[in-house]
Amino acid sequence: MKKWLISTALALTVALPIQAQDYQPDPNAKAGGGIVVTYKDDVATLDPAIGYDWQNWSMIKSLFDGLMDYVPGTTELRPGLASSYEISDDGTVFTFHLRPGVKFHNGREMTAEDVKYSFDRVTNPTTQSPGAGFFGSIKGYDAMADGSASELSGVKVIDPMTVEVTLSRPDATFLHVMALNFASIVPKEAVDAAGADFGKVPVGTGAFKLAEWTIGQRLVFAKNTDYWRPGVPYLEQVTFEVGQEPIVALLRLQNGEVDVPGDGIPPAKFREVMGDPAQAARVVVGGQLQTGYVTMNVQMPPFDKLEVRRAVNMAINKDRIVQIINGRAVPANQPLPPSMPGYTKTYKGYAYDPAAAKALLAEAGLGDGFDTELYVMNTDPNPRIAQAIQQDLAGIGIKASIKSLAQANVIAAGGEPDQAPMIWSGGMAWIADFPDPSNFYGPILGCAGAVPGGWNWSWYCNEDLDAKATEADSITDPSMVGERMQKWSDVYMAVMNDAPWVPIFNEQRYTMKSTRMGGADALFVDPVSIPVNYDYVYVTDVQ
Amino acid sequence: MAGYLLQRLFQSALILLGVSLVTFFLLYALPADPVRQIAGRSATAQTVENIRQQLGLDQPFVVQYWRYLTGLVQGDLGRSYLQKSQVSELIAARLPASLLLMVGAIVFELVLGLTMGVIAALRRGSATDQTLMIVSFIGVSAPQFVVGLLLLYVFAVQLGWFPIGGYGTFSHLVLPAATMGILGSGWYSRMMRSSMIEVLRQDYIRTARAKGLARYRVILRHALPNAILPIIAMIGIDVGIFMGGIVVVESVFGWPGIGQLAWQAIQRIDIPIIMGVTLVSACAIVLGNLLADLVTPFIDPRIRLR
Repeated sequence: MKKWLISTALALTVALPIQAQDYQPDPNAKAGGGIVVTYKDDVATLDPAIGYDWQNWSMIKSLFDGLMDYVPGTTELRPGLASSYEISDDGTVFTFHLRPGVKFHNGREMTAEDVKYSFDRVTNPTTQSPGAGFFGSIKGYDAMADGSASELSGVKVIDPMTVEVTLSRPDATFLHVMALNFASIVPKEAVDAAGADFGKVPVGTGAFKLAEWTIGQRLVFAKNTDYWRPGVPYLEQVTFEVGQEPIVALLRLQNGEVDVPGDGIPPAKFREVMGDPAQAARVVVGGQLQTGYVTMNVQMPPFDKLEVRRAVNMAINKDRIVQIINGRAVPANQPLPPSMPGYTKTYKGYAYDPAAAKALLAEAGLGDGFDTELYVMNTDPNPRIAQAIQQDLAGIGIKASIKSLAQANVIAAGGEPDQAPMIWSGGMAWIADFPDPSNFYGPILGCAGAVPGGWNWSWYCNEDLDAKATEADSITDPSMVGERMQKWSDVYMAVMNDAPWVPIFNEQRYTMKSTRMGGADALFVDPVSIPVNYDYVYVTDVQ
Repeated sequence: MAGYLLQRLFQSALILLGVSLVTFFLLYALPADPVRQIAGRSATAQTVENIRQQLGLDQPFVVQYWRYLTGLVQGDLGRSYLQKSQVSELIAARLPASLLLMVGAIVFELVLGLTMGVIAALRRGSATDQTLMIVSFIGVSAPQFVVGLLLLYVFAVQLGWFPIGGYGTFSHLVLPAATMGILGSGWYSRMMRSSMIEVLRQDYIRTARAKGLARYRVILRHALPNAILPIIAMIGIDVGIFMGGIVVVESVFGWPGIGQLAWQAIQRIDIPIIMGVTLVSACAIVLGNLLADLVTPFIDPRIRLR
């Protein structure tokens, strides 16, 4: 097996660009102090194998580490608990060299056995991890999933500091998977001791450790003074106060009691905040790896007709919808959000043109329009957005009745082959798990997702495209990244040609912070740590 | 008395059983699938089925319900689907906060409501009476979400007298308790007013006045105890109203009680938590009603329990 080494010779071509872009410590950063972050919902769990929501995602990131990580504030991969790695020529064997001397919060040194244990645990069906599917490319995953094996045959401990992971197929996204929370390294003894309650007493290698958790009230993270990355974190502690309405959190921020309202600026207060220069100055705006879209079920007439789907694409006034949400988004013309690698900048999308849309409908033999249903989640602003879409559709003769339901019910309807002709994805919209274009395809546009209970609500299944997607993800050579992105761009352009979706907008992130908080703006709209990257932000009022 | 108590306890158990059956069935019949909430969007069909089996959600309704019931009689409310912790622990951690809020609200509404009612009754027909009754009407009608935010804005943000939400000290309790209590105080003031007017018309009041007792003595010793009587029983029933209110009020004030827990669980279809909170609330309501009935004969010896 011919290997190329990231850490040595070839590093000049491959690793250097990454190294050069790695995070530069902020010269103004001061160590010490603490911040208060608020959330409305209680934190469900801090178990990295289980946690999969908005607020615990970045919390878990600060308590645990994976083999890979991202440069703070960017979508660039960088080594985490693995100091270096090698990939075999065929892209199926990854050898990770662990960083020596990394200690868990319980004081024990992390070894290759912990890596193996962590991967076995997250893929074991009894763990019920919502992230298990991400590990599907590891050899032996299927046997784990059906319960016939208790360890992944593809994960081998070579020596205490080396792990070899064999994949059953080349997977260009594998390093991103290694940076997901689900791939965090956990100590077996702590998991065994806590059992199902590990999520309440987490033990990791992260920059912070859990110091206090009063259920329903507050969590306190204390600085891990033994953290393996030198110099960080800056903050002594981060206090998360839960159960706070966003509007109350905003009042408290104005009062100087809160540093970051985790749920953002409440929609009702958005104009007021952005209209007041003093308050607007505390807001950091950034892109988000999110797209809001309308699905059309291609298996349900008349959406089985390409002309109809294209007509709908031309009928919807996206600018107006963006206005409805106070301009907190940018209009979208393709599935990928602009900040995602693989986004096609030159593509203009379907222009808003009701007359042409009407003509297309007539071409499809539906000049008189038709009746259909638009499913939508019942929390503001989604019903209002659905009404705008309804009006636009009425403009070309399509009478869509709005089905406004609870989130879980819309998801259930989308997962049935013949129930929801159209769905507005708002409130359930796809947010990337990791910054790679493949993450927007498989479950929501690929054949794998077009199954009962799946997330491909347009039931669009194009086997040629699936093959192209697989081809793109087989390109594991980092030097061919450009080619891979081009392939993905082609895939999404082909999707737009078939028009199973109307991409509507990409939400922008508006993070509000207190004036005492310091750190580059990018840290406050970090694409992977939402709302902020706790490991790198600091406060300016410490001595 | 003992016989009556036994009979009532038996009835209560039946009610709770009924509540558990109805709630369990509603959650079972829900078109949304809790397993998919747990499994997440990247899960394969196989993972979903695995989890369904592990949780026993592939079983018919009767089997699922029987399992739940068997656990229940052993004091096991199961584990949360998403948090994985024991539901009993989650509820136990939050129940004291809800009870504290409830006690605070009861004290608030009694003090405010009864005072307003007595004053209105004594000044019947005057401008004071009318003003008080309009105020109580507003109290009854105002949505708690609005009242809560209003109190928060005026007394915490503008005046800074109380903290902006949170939990821990007496001053944290005042605003949420007031928000919950304002609703009840409206009811109490109206009931107290009519009850008091009714009592003031009685012959024994006239007798008391006629034999030369001081006015305050007549009101405090003769009128008030008799007028309060029908209101005591209301407190037990209040518990039911509070159980509905805590969901809203706890959310507004960030009060870490079971209302908040229930709200979050409903959004995520975390069935064990929804069941647990529903049963605990039902218990509180049943107990409240029972206590109200048991207390009455001590206040009014004319009433006998059978």
